[in-house]
This record gives sequence, structure tokens and C-alpha cells, in this order.
Amino acid sequence: MNLQRIKIENLSLGYGNSVNTQHEIFPPFSVTADNAQFIALAGRNGVGKSTFLRTLAGLQNIFSGNIFINEKAVKTLSRKDYANLMSFVSTEMVRVMHLKVFDLVAMGRYTYTNLFGNLSINDEKIILDSLKMVGMSDFIWRNVSELSDGERQRTMIARALVQDTPIMILDEPTAFLDIPNKYEIILLLKNLTRQKSKTVIFSTHDINIALQLADKIWLMTNRKMYEGTPSQLIQTNAFDEMLDNTALKMENGEIKFKEL
Amino acid sequence: MANNSTHTKFYFAALSLTAILFFVLDIVLGSVSISIKEIFNVFFSADKVESHVSNIIINFRLPRTCVALLAGVALSVSGLQMQTVFRNPLADPYLLGVSSGANLGVALFLLGSSIFSIILPTIVSNFCIASAAFIGSALTLLLVLIVSIRIRDIMTVLIFGIMFSGAATAIVGLLQYKSNESAVKTFVVWTFGNLGSSTFNEIKIMFAIIFIGLIIVIFSIKKLNVLLLGDVYAQTVGVNLKLTRIIIFVSTSLLTGSIVAFCGPVGFIGIAVPHIARMIFRRADHRILVPACILLGANIMVFCDIISQLPGSNIVIPINIVVAFVGIPVIIWIILSNKKIINE
Repeated sequence: MNLQRIKIENLSLGYGNSVNTQHEIFPPFSVTADNAQFIALAGRNGVGKSTFLRTLAGLQNIFSGNIFINEKAVKTLSRKDYANLMSFVSTEMVRVMHLKVFDLVAMGRYTYTNLFGNLSINDEKIILDSLKMVGMSDFIWRNVSELSDGERQRTMIARALVQDTPIMILDEPTAFLDIPNKYEIILLLKNLTRQKSKTVIFSTHDINIALQLADKIWLMTNRKMYEGTPSQLIQTNAFDEMLDNTALKMENGEIKFKEL
Repeated sequence: MANNSTHTKFYFAALSLTAILFFVLDIVLGSVSISIKEIFNVFFSADKVESHVSNIIINFRLPRTCVALLAGVALSVSGLQMQTVFRNPLADPYLLGVSSGANLGVALFLLGSSIFSIILPTIVSNFCIASAAFIGSALTLLLVLIVSIRIRDIMTVLIFGIMFSGAATAIVGLLQYKSNESAVKTFVVWTFGNLGSSTFNEIKIMFAIIFIGLIIVIFSIKKLNVLLLGDVYAQTVGVNLKLTRIIIFVSTSLLTGSIVAFCGPVGFIGIAVPHIARMIFRRADHRILVPACILLGANIMVFCDIISQLPGSNIVIPINIVVAFVGIPVIIWIILSNKKIINE
């Protein structure tokens, strides 16, 4: 299945289910994502990036507003529909004793396999291809608990890949990685948008990487959501709003100290 | 594609053989020595055997061995499910409060009837104990299900289970304080666990419930595998979390509740066997771990039952005490001989 467009309309973020306990953490905003776009979600800690991604992935109820995928409101989707539309990589560290890389990646085939989860030849081929794509072919029968952070993140991305969805959502995929690994992972994700026409949405604190590689940035500041290409956001001084009341400023597309 | 498949097959074959061996030994060995030839005759040419011998075999040793086997299988598989769902290596089948609920049911019956000075014949009393235990665990299950439907976070469900156990223990304590000595002793002996008090009709009921429970578990294997990664990953690959939890809780309660009802709260097996299975098979895949727990649980429980009879003597040790004495050194030895685990 191909994605034409994700349309987010007047979505606000928040918690609470009864009228009395409703607590809005981010005011309504509208953004869109198109097929094969590479989108970075930026913003400071606690601004609501994870809540947004969780809402987008259907892990949290929509507080108010609407999300449409290919013109269809997501409120009617079941967990299985979601699983066929988008894969998700969370910040949670998976450390399960004796869990093999292959077995972990195979879990991404959940909706495709039979009642007992037995893999077909085709499933196995997809798993091996995905492991090759993320550079983990030599680690197939390693224990996940023995992997480095970079290797584990690649494995988690392979698990999302085998799910074979048009959309991939990643919550801070580069959080625990060193600088070369950060670039490699982000480049790998960008390649997926180009080679496999996947729409990849990832949250990040690496503004420099986002500015260099993203097709589009969704920037959450304390007041509002900005949407645009990296150069558009630099021109409109959106980053200055994010860096309000900090010792930092945006200058010529780079983050610098105000006084140095 | 499967890694180490010969290694896995070898252990499955070996464990099946030892299970049969232990099963036979458990029938052969006991306080009265009966030769293998006589036992053979009991089953195949009954007219050649003295009636007391066939009575011992048919009415005592065979049912007890069957119960040991069922208890080992049911508790081990339940323990595995709980450790996966709660993602906690210390989880056991009683985490949902099944045994506390059963304890409370039995205490209410035994100690309550002593407070009101009601005396029942033993057979009636035994059946009432089993019923009280089963009702107690069924009501607990109902409470846990209501909580888990309303609460998303599995840790909150866990805390609820612990709080419920605490409350049940407090009520049981109060009842014990108010009851006479003999009733308290009957209750305490019940909590030691007893594999030998079930009749064939009761074993049929146990077998039916455990069979249903195991069928549900086998159909949950795929979901259990994905739950290893946690609730977020399970949901995003397409698992309906609430429904899955309900199914797993129901099968755990069927498996555990039937054992607690007829044997008392048999401890330790449920927490230890899944770890032993992981260490032997070195996989986290439930397609391997579920059958591994079934085989290992049967082996270990029947072996413990042999020990509890102290072959050649007239003494019988309560099964819970044997399980602890046999199980704890085994698991400590396995942990210590596995250096990788210590370093992690």
C-alpha cells in the first residue's frame, strides 16, 4: 500500500478522559506529511514530541482534532490497521535475556504470519534482507542483550522495516548514539524514503542533522508548531523562539552561544 | 530457519524420556516396597495381585503421580506467562492473587466453620475446601480483570495484585487469631500443599481445566513472543493489548486455580521452571519455552514427589518443603555456573 498523505488538522495534545481532568499540553496545530518525505520533529524536552508521536501512532487517544491518513480518519482504525500502516520505534531499550536478533526482527512480521507465528520462506527472506539493509547481517544469531546501543538501534529499525509499512515513526532514534552512528542511522532512514518510498517521521534533538538532511521540519516551541523546509524555518526565525530564554541562538543556520 | 535446532530437539527428546522414567519411578517407589512385576500385574493381569497392593497402586500412587505431573505442567506454564506479561523475572503464577484468593476462600471455610462450631465429614470437607479455593481464585480473577480493563499500565495491575494479596493475608490472619487450634492446624497443613488427596473424579476435573488452559496458552504463543518487547511494541505490531491480557489472565487462572483448589498453594515451581527452561534452551521464543516448561515442570514436580515419599521409609514430607529444598539448590547452581548472567 502507498501513502498519499497524512493530514493532521487542529490536533491538540493532552491528557485526561473526563471533562474535569482534561489537561491540554499543546495548543491545536495543523501539519501534513506526504509520500516519501523525511520529516524531523524538533523541540525542547517536555514540549510534547513523544506525546505527539504516540498520538500519531494511535498509542494514545486523540485529545482533540483529527488525523487523516489517505483521507481516512484514524479514529476508526483497529490496532491491526495501524500495524499495516505504520511501524514504530520507541526510546525504550529492549533487553530480553536469550532473545536473538533474528527472533526480535521476526516479530515485525506479526500481522503476516499464521496463528503460531511460523515464518514462511518469504518472511525469512524479508527478515534477512532488512538485516542486510541496516548492516546487521553478521549479528543474526547474537543475543540482543549483548549488542551495543548502535547495533540495537539498527536491529529495532530492521524490525520496523519487516513490518513493510508506508509510514515509519521513530522516537529519538539517535538518542544514545555517538556522532558517526547518529549520522549513519539518519542517512539509513533517509535512504528508506528514497529507495522504498517510505514516509519517515522522527523526533530528534540534533538540530544540525535535521537541518542538513530532513525534507521538512516540524518544530514545536512553547507557543506553536512550525512547519517548513529547513531553510524556510531558518528564514522565519522559528528556532529563535525555541531557544528563547536560553544561552543559545541560531546564527547562519547553526546553533551558537549568545555571548562567547 | 532455526538456529541450534539439533540442540533443542536433543533436549526435548531427553526430557520426554526422563519424564516417563520419573513417572514410573514415582509409582514404583514408596513407603511399601512393591516389585515392578507386581505393578505390571496390577495393570495387565489384575487377578494375580493381592488386593491391598492394587489398592495402593490404583488409589494412592497413580493418582498422586498424575496430580504431580499436572501440577508441574500447569504451574510452570503459568509462571512463564506471568514473567512475560509483567516483564519481571520474579513474577510467579500467584502474582494475580490467585493463591491469596484461594487462601482466603479456604480460610473462610475452615476457620469460619470452626468459629461457628460446624463439624463436617472429611469427604464433604475436602470437597468444600477445593470449592472454596476455586471460588476464591475465580473471584480474584474477576477483580483483576476489571482492574486490567480500566488500567493501561501493567505495573499498576501488579501493584493491585500485591495489595489484594496483602488484604487477603490480613483477613486470614484475623480468622486464624479467632479460631481454635485444630482448625488453624488444618489450614496451615493445607497451605503446605498436598498432591495425594485427590480422587480420580477430581483428577478428571483438573485434567479438563488444565487441558483448556494449555490450549489457550498454545494459541497465545505468538502474542507472548511480542509482549517480550513491552506493551508499546506489542501494540504497534498489531496486538490488541486489553484482549490479549484478558486471555492470558484467564488461562493463568484456569491453570493455577485448578492446582491450588486440589493441591493447595504449591510454591516455587512456577517461578523456577521458566528460568531453568531459558537456561537450558537459551532462547526467549515461546514456541520453544512453552513446550520446554511443560516437560521440565512435569520432570521436576514428579521428581519432587518421589523425594517427598522418602522411598523405603514411612515418612511423608509436605510437597512444598521438598520443592523448596530440591528447587533452590538447583537454581542457585544454574545461576552460579552461568557466568554470563552474573556479569550482566
